[in-house]
Amino acid sequence: MSIQSCVEVRNEWDIVSARQLGRNMAKELGFGTVDQARITTAISELARNIYLYAGHGKVCIEAVEEMGKKGLKIIATDKGPGIRDIRKVMEDGYTTSGGLGAGLPGVKRLMDEFSIDSSVNVGTEIIATKWIR
Amino acid sequence: MRNMINDISSNKRDVIAQKWKNELSTLKNLCISSKITPDMFEQLNEEFLDMMIRYINQNDIEKDQTLHRFFDKVLQLNMPLKFLTQGLQTFRRVILDVLLQEDVKKEKAIDIYQHVDRLIDPLLNEVVEESSLFWEKTVSAQKTALMELSAPVIPVLENITVMPLIGTIDTERAKLIMENLLDGVIKNRSLVVLIDITGVPVVDTMVAHHIIQAADAVRLLGATCILVGIRPEIAQTIISLGIDLSYFPTKSTLLKGIEHALEITNQQLLKK
Ligand SMILES: Nc1ncnc2c1ncn2[C@@H]1O[C@H](COP(=O)(O)OP(=O)(O)OP(=O)(O)O)[C@@H](O)[C@H]1O
Ligand SMILES: [Mg+2]
Repeated sequence: MSIQSCVEVRNEWDIVSARQLGRNMAKELGFGTVDQARITTAISELARNIYLYAGHGKVCIEAVEEMGKKGLKIIATDKGPGIRDIRKVMEDGYTTSGGLGAGLPGVKRLMDEFSIDSSVNVGTEIIATKWIR
Repeated sequence: MRNMINDISSNKRDVIAQKWKNELSTLKNLCISSKITPDMFEQLNEEFLDMMIRYINQNDIEKDQTLHRFFDKVLQLNMPLKFLTQGLQTFRRVILDVLLQEDVKKEKAIDIYQHVDRLIDPLLNEVVEESSLFWEKTVSAQKTALMELSAPVIPVLENITVMPLIGTIDTERAKLIMENLLDGVIKNRSLVVLIDITGVPVVDTMVAHHIIQAADAVRLLGATCILVGIRPEIAQTIISLGIDLSYFPTKSTLLKGIEHALEITNQQLLKK
């Protein structure tokens, strides 16, 4: 059994709540300050993408344990427009909103594990995990 | 009808006062939460009753705003709205009690009810309206104060300006940062502006993007932007995100930033 908490993302303040939830959980699990910042930033990116591109969705944070390793998992899901070309959005600098296009490739580097599952007109699910060293 | 209310309320002022006080004493614990002493509470109560009796006696204190001023005073004292609404309701009950104690016929009783309602209801409406107006004003004043605090521009030395940022940056605040920064550069004839992000909890791509845009705009005005207060963990996340901050100077602390700014502006601080 794993502990999971979720935050609905509909507006900018929900992004802050999701971040807060992640930071508290990371602290409790024993992550150091640098990893706490990495996790919080990753949540911020995923939650903001939901807010910007899907309008509505949710971010769940889960404490996980695997083969004696402890970690934190971020699950960001939405029923938005989906992503047509996943390889493209993982390129540094690719953006459709005039941003930096650094969010998704950045999250992949900030975390230890990263996966995207997306279908056009159905939605997107992004899962990212960080392990305690 | 009017005469009857007049007579009774002035004749039986003591009875009314006694009943009113008994009923309102339950509200006394309200003064615990606001900054009211029990003495002040008694005094307010006394004033309230006095005014109500004058009001009902057709001294027409409506016109000279006495009631209005009293309501305002109570709200300014941070008393709960309940003090006024419950006070008015209690007054209605007490007055009816006293009036209906006499042997009155049914039609007369209905008349009395209606008359008293017509006197008290507008007051209740006024109290609620004034209270919501009061809170609207308070909230709007606080909003303005918050906006002023959210992106302050501080001229510290000749041609050198600092913008310390504390707290979360959302889209609205990012806009304000840009506006204030450019206004500040022009107004203070700044050659260097330091943006201090020590107090910003998360620097994600959106925040970084806004800072880069602000620095670019400052450069177009002929000034230099220095980013200071980058905590070690923030530096690491910025690198992981792959954000390039190399087009403008960055320093770890505000002091180092100011030293750099002095160099750029050909100034020196001398010890005496
Ligand atoms: N949840 C989502 N649903 C649909 N499209 C998405 C979603 N998340 C990202 N995208 C698409 O992927 C692109 C790249 O996202 P990424 O977060 O890397 O950069 P960005 O949001 O454009 O800019 P920033 O650097 O500010 O994050 C976006 O421009 C958008 O088109
Ligand atoms: Mg993004």
